[in-house]
Amino acid sequence: MENNSASGYWKATLGLLTKILIIWFVVSFGAGILFAPALNSISLGGYPLGFWFAHQGAIYIYIALIFWYAKKMGDIDRQFDVHEE
Amino acid sequence: MDLQTVTYLVVGASFALYIGIAIWARAGSTSEFYAAGGSVHPITNGMATAADWMSAASFISMAGLIANMGYGGGLFLMGWTGGYVLLAMLLAPYLRKFGKFTVPQFIGDRFYSKTASTVAVVCLLTASLTYIIGQMTGVGVAFSRFLGVSSDTGIYIGQAIVFLYAVFGGMKGITYTQVAQYIVLIAAYLVPAFFISLQLTGNPLPQLGLGSTMAGTDVSLLAKLDLIVKDLGFDQYTTSIPGSTLNMFMYTLSLMIGTAGLPHVIMRFFTVPTVKDARSSAGWALIFIALLYTTAPAVGAMAKLNLHGTVNSAVGLETNAAGKLAVNPATVKANADLYATESSLQYEQRPEWMKRWEKTGLLKFEDKNGDGRIQYYNDKTKDADAKAKAAAAGWKGNELTVNADIMVMANPEIALLPNWVIALVAAGGLAAALSTAAGLLMAISSAVSHDLVKNVFAPSISDKNELLVGKISMAVAIVISGYLGLNPPGFAAGTVALAFGIAASSLFPAIMMGIFSKKMNKEGAIAGMLAGLFVTLFYVFAHKGIFFVKGTEFIDLIGGPNSFFGITPEAFGAVGAMVNFIVAVVVDKVTKEPPEHIQHMVESVRIPRGSKLVDGAH
Repeated sequence: MENNSASGYWKATLGLLTKILIIWFVVSFGAGILFAPALNSISLGGYPLGFWFAHQGAIYIYIALIFWYAKKMGDIDRQFDVHEE
Repeated sequence: MDLQTVTYLVVGASFALYIGIAIWARAGSTSEFYAAGGSVHPITNGMATAADWMSAASFISMAGLIANMGYGGGLFLMGWTGGYVLLAMLLAPYLRKFGKFTVPQFIGDRFYSKTASTVAVVCLLTASLTYIIGQMTGVGVAFSRFLGVSSDTGIYIGQAIVFLYAVFGGMKGITYTQVAQYIVLIAAYLVPAFFISLQLTGNPLPQLGLGSTMAGTDVSLLAKLDLIVKDLGFDQYTTSIPGSTLNMFMYTLSLMIGTAGLPHVIMRFFTVPTVKDARSSAGWALIFIALLYTTAPAVGAMAKLNLHGTVNSAVGLETNAAGKLAVNPATVKANADLYATESSLQYEQRPEWMKRWEKTGLLKFEDKNGDGRIQYYNDKTKDADAKAKAAAAGWKGNELTVNADIMVMANPEIALLPNWVIALVAAGGLAAALSTAAGLLMAISSAVSHDLVKNVFAPSISDKNELLVGKISMAVAIVISGYLGLNPPGFAAGTVALAFGIAASSLFPAIMMGIFSKKMNKEGAIAGMLAGLFVTLFYVFAHKGIFFVKGTEFIDLIGGPNSFFGITPEAFGAVGAMVNFIVAVVVDKVTKEPPEHIQHMVESVRIPRGSKLVDGAH
C-alpha cells in the first residue's frame, strides 16, 4: 500500500471518530448533565427529558453510535482497500 | 418449600452449571488459557463481556445508589456504558490488530521498553485489585442474607469458589461460564423488575413503567416519587445531584475513561477472530449490558417508592388480597398526609423481609420517639416545611437505616414476590460478583506470569511453569482482596468507581497515545503513567487510607475532603488522566523520537489488513 492512501485512510478514520465523539459528548455531558435542568421542563411521557437522557436515552444512543461506527469503518476499509481478506 | 430451601436449590444448581462448564472447557495451551485461542464469536463474546463487566457493583449496588442519589445516579448509568463507545473506536480494533494478548505487552512493545511494560503491570494490578475488593464486598452482602451466614463467612466461601473455576478453566472456560452467568444474572434482574413495574404501573416493561402513571391513576410515578421524598425532606428525585455539576461531570468522565482502560475488559477484545469483529463486539456487549442498565433506574426508583410505601401508608401502597404490594389509587390521588400518626407503620407489624434483613445488620430500626412506629425521613433536611411538619408530628429523628447495597437484593422481598424470584436474585448477584472477579483474576495472573515473570525475570520459563505462576498469583490476589473486602472503603459501587479512576488515569492515556500519536516515545509514556497513577492514588489514599487500610488517611495534608474544586476521590480519575496526557506530551517534546521501526509498527496497527491469530510471543 502506498503512503498516500495510508494517510488518506487515517484521515477518513479520524474524521469519523471526531463526528462520533462530538455526538457522544453532546448526548452525555450536554443533554445528560449540563443542559439537563433546562431540558427537564420538557416531558417525554412521564419522564422529564434531561432526566430521561441521563437514565435511559444516552445508553440507547451509545449502542447506535457503536454499530454506526462499525458499519462506516467497514466502508472506509473497503474504500481504501485495507479490509481483512 | 420455604425460602431458605428454594435459595439453596437455585444457587446450588447455578454453581453446578458454572463448574460443569469450566471443567468441560478446560484449557490446554497458554493461548487457550488467556485468549480462548482467538476463537470466540462476537455475540458470544459480547455476552461474556457483559457478564465480565456487570459486577456486583452493577447488579447489587448500583440501583440502590440510584435510589439514594436520584437523577445524580445517572453518572453510573452513563459512565459505565458511555466508555464502550471509546473502547470500540479508540482501542479495541487496534489492540486486536496488534495481536498480543495482554495490555502490558502492548505497552512494552509499543514503547520498546521493559520498564514501560512493568509500569503498566503495576497500574493494572492496582486497578484490578481495587476492583476485586468491591466484588468481595458484594459477595459478602449476597451470602450474608441468602445463605444465612455472616458477611465475613460469605467472603470466604466466595473466595474458594472464584479460585476453583478461575484456576481450572482459563479464558476459554471463563468465556463459556460467563455466557451462562450472563443468562442467570440478567434473568434475575429482569424478572422481579417486570413484576414490580406491573404492580406499580400496569406496564411490565420497566423502561416504560418508570415513565408511566401509577396503576389506576393519572399520577405520574416519578412526579409522585418527587412529591413524597421532597415532603419527607429528601432531595427531589429527578433533579438531585451529588455535590456540584462539575463533580458529576468529572465522575461520569472518569467512569467512561476507566471503562476503556480496564485491562480485564480490553482483554476480551483479543478473543475475537478479526478486527471487524472487535469493532462490533463492543456494540453487542453494550446491548447485553444495556438490558440491565436501562432497567436499573426503574428498579432504583420503584424500590424507593416501595420502601416508602411499606413504612408509610399515606404513600398509597397496600398489601392486597393476594399478599402482593399494590397501588391504592384513592390514596395516591388524595396525596394523603405522610406525617399523620396512623400513617407510619407499627414496628410490631413490620413485614417478614424487614426481620430477615435486620439479622444481617444492614437494616436497622431505632425507636427515637418511643411511639412503636417507624418514622423514615431525612432528619438532616434544610427544608423548613419538612422540619416544621416533623416537629409538629412529634418525630424525633429518622428511625430506619437501610444500607444502599441491600436495595436490589431486598427488592423482590419488599414487593412481596414469590420465593423462587427471591432465590433467583441471590443466584444472579453471586453470578455477577463471581464472573467479574474471575475475569479480573485472569488479567492479574497474565500480567504477573506473562508480563512480569516471563518478560522481565525469567524469559526461559516453560509454558507449564508460566501457567503455574499465573495460578499462584491468582491465589495471592484472592487472599489480599478478600482481606481488604472484610473492611471495604465504601459501598461496592463506590469502591469499584475508585478502580475505574485508577485505570482511567494510568492505562487509558498510554494506550491511546500509543495508537494515535506516532511520535510518542517511551520516556513520555512512562512519565505520564507514573504521574497519572501517583496523583490519583495520592488523592484517593488521602480520603480512604493508604491501600485502603483504615486509619492511614491523610486528609489534612490536602486541605480537607474534596479539596480539589469539590471533586470527590471517585471522580478524580479524569483529573489524573489529564495529568497523564500533559506530562506525557511535555516529556515527549524534550526527549528523542521513537525509533523508525516503532513508527512503522504504529502505522501497521492502524490498518485492519494482515491481522493474525493472537499469540503470546515477544
